[in-house]
Amino acid sequence: MNLAVNLPGLEMKNPILPASGCFGFGKEYAELYDLNLLGAITIKAATGTARYGNPTPRVAETTSGMLNAIGLQNPGVDQIIEKELPFLAGYDTPIIANVAGSTVEEYVEVARKISRDPVIKAIELNISCPNVKEGGVQFGTDPELAKMVTAAVKEVSGVPVYVKLSPNVTDITVIARAVEEGGADGLSLINTLTGMQLNLAGRKPLLANKIGGLSGPAIKPVAIRMVYQIRQMTNLPIIGMGGVTTAEDVLEFLLAGASAVAIGTANFQHPFVCPEIIQNLPDVLQKYGFTSVEDAIGKGHEYADANLSRA
Amino acid sequence: MIHEHLEIISRETIAKDTVQMTFRGKMAQEYILPGQFLHLLVGEGSNHMLRRPISIAGVDKQESTITIIFKLLGEGTNTLAKAEPGDQLDALGPCGQGYPVDELQIEHALLVGGGIGVPPLYYLAQRLRETGIQVTMVAGFQNKEQVFYEAEFRKLGNFYLATDDGSAGEQGFVTDIIKKEAFTFDQFFTCGPTGMLKAVSTQLEEEEGYISIEQRMGCGIGACFACVVPAPDSESGYKKICKDGPVFRAKEVVLA
Repeated sequence: MNLAVNLPGLEMKNPILPASGCFGFGKEYAELYDLNLLGAITIKAATGTARYGNPTPRVAETTSGMLNAIGLQNPGVDQIIEKELPFLAGYDTPIIANVAGSTVEEYVEVARKISRDPVIKAIELNISCPNVKEGGVQFGTDPELAKMVTAAVKEVSGVPVYVKLSPNVTDITVIARAVEEGGADGLSLINTLTGMQLNLAGRKPLLANKIGGLSGPAIKPVAIRMVYQIRQMTNLPIIGMGGVTTAEDVLEFLLAGASAVAIGTANFQHPFVCPEIIQNLPDVLQKYGFTSVEDAIGKGHEYADANLSRA
Repeated sequence: MIHEHLEIISRETIAKDTVQMTFRGKMAQEYILPGQFLHLLVGEGSNHMLRRPISIAGVDKQESTITIIFKLLGEGTNTLAKAEPGDQLDALGPCGQGYPVDELQIEHALLVGGGIGVPPLYYLAQRLRETGIQVTMVAGFQNKEQVFYEAEFRKLGNFYLATDDGSAGEQGFVTDIIKKEAFTFDQFFTCGPTGMLKAVSTQLEEEEGYISIEQRMGCGIGACFACVVPAPDSESGYKKICKDGPVFRAKEVVLA
């Protein structure tokens, strides 16, 4: 069965890619399986200079999910280009660079540098990280700022730009519209939902950062709703994600309108989950009457009576 | 590191809320160092999205078994403890870097363990004895009900016991015993809660030694950056506990 999908800048063998932050720069998972099996890879966020991130503990399990507050730890864009990308150049899998920053200038600098590396086929513009004090989600919750940073990055990027949206907004379609006007080539959603968990014995938040981003199956219905809503208002290609653990989940995102589907937290539970989902996908598509991945994209809207009201 | 479904061959409660579990599998034939851990999937479905890192307390290559000891601390470990002999557990292992037992050029080792930090030191004590290194073990527990492996340790060397309330051994902390006994040793090896690791490595800062750090982990293979520790002298300024550790030279990392 044909699993291939084509998105701006990304010729994918299949619609499955690991989500940014859950896969490092690929080396660790490359010891477990052949990264050529993947449709694409989104590498860990890059910022202008090295960041250490937040104090530990940085993760806590929740019911059917987890909270994280890593805080964009990374060696900085120059080190990533020099030390991490050469390894990935050996694979026939498109690499997406997640670009983060505290200021528009930082986003622009990182995007300009990393998009010039031939390994990078697209940028995922991270305006939705909930775990840093400056930048990140402030660009993802204000439509004007979202549009401005998208336009600024588009101007310097040598590759297509997918904007990663935050679910921590009243109406995600407003932000989607804004970044579309800013020139986004695609959308990526959702990032984590902000949450908190208290330790009963310690009488304090479990994460050192207090607040973290909730991911995992617990947030999948939120993600499906948002992909569905955005598909009704724009034709921009969507990389959908949020709580995917099975090929059935992938089909649900395709039906909702995603053209590719990223796997995040599930990699921690089952490190082989991405190749397993890719292996299972043809049977699941066939079971529900589809002849290819392309055939399933957006098909969840055919029998919808009316547009969704804005949530 | 390999991925394997290990068969549980025994499960036993060896102290209050403390479970010893032994698995059989090919993993036991891997090169395994004390301090390395298994990253265990908990339960079924999507209830528990994070594996639990649990240190290895013993390996029997002839029987092809691996033993772990863990404490019931929450839902994850409670679920883990419900698995029965005959069941299979999804495991990644051996994970991380252990105590470099085959490279040590020492005659006398001081082992200092607190609570659930004691099990990897048992496997360490066994391996040290096999290479002819003399072992002195100082173990600390909250109280008598929590104590385990006292007899086993006594077979391997000198053993000192401290409990917070004095219900077994001496009343006080492991650091009180270290102060009182003023041991002579070549290197120390410690594992336990962060507070204890800090106290022990401060007390023994003139000595060479190794610490093993406990931390909440995500992937367990070095990809997610959940479990890092500052390492000021390293190129990156940090170490990943799951991949570069959990065992470090005491002076290599800075405990929070």
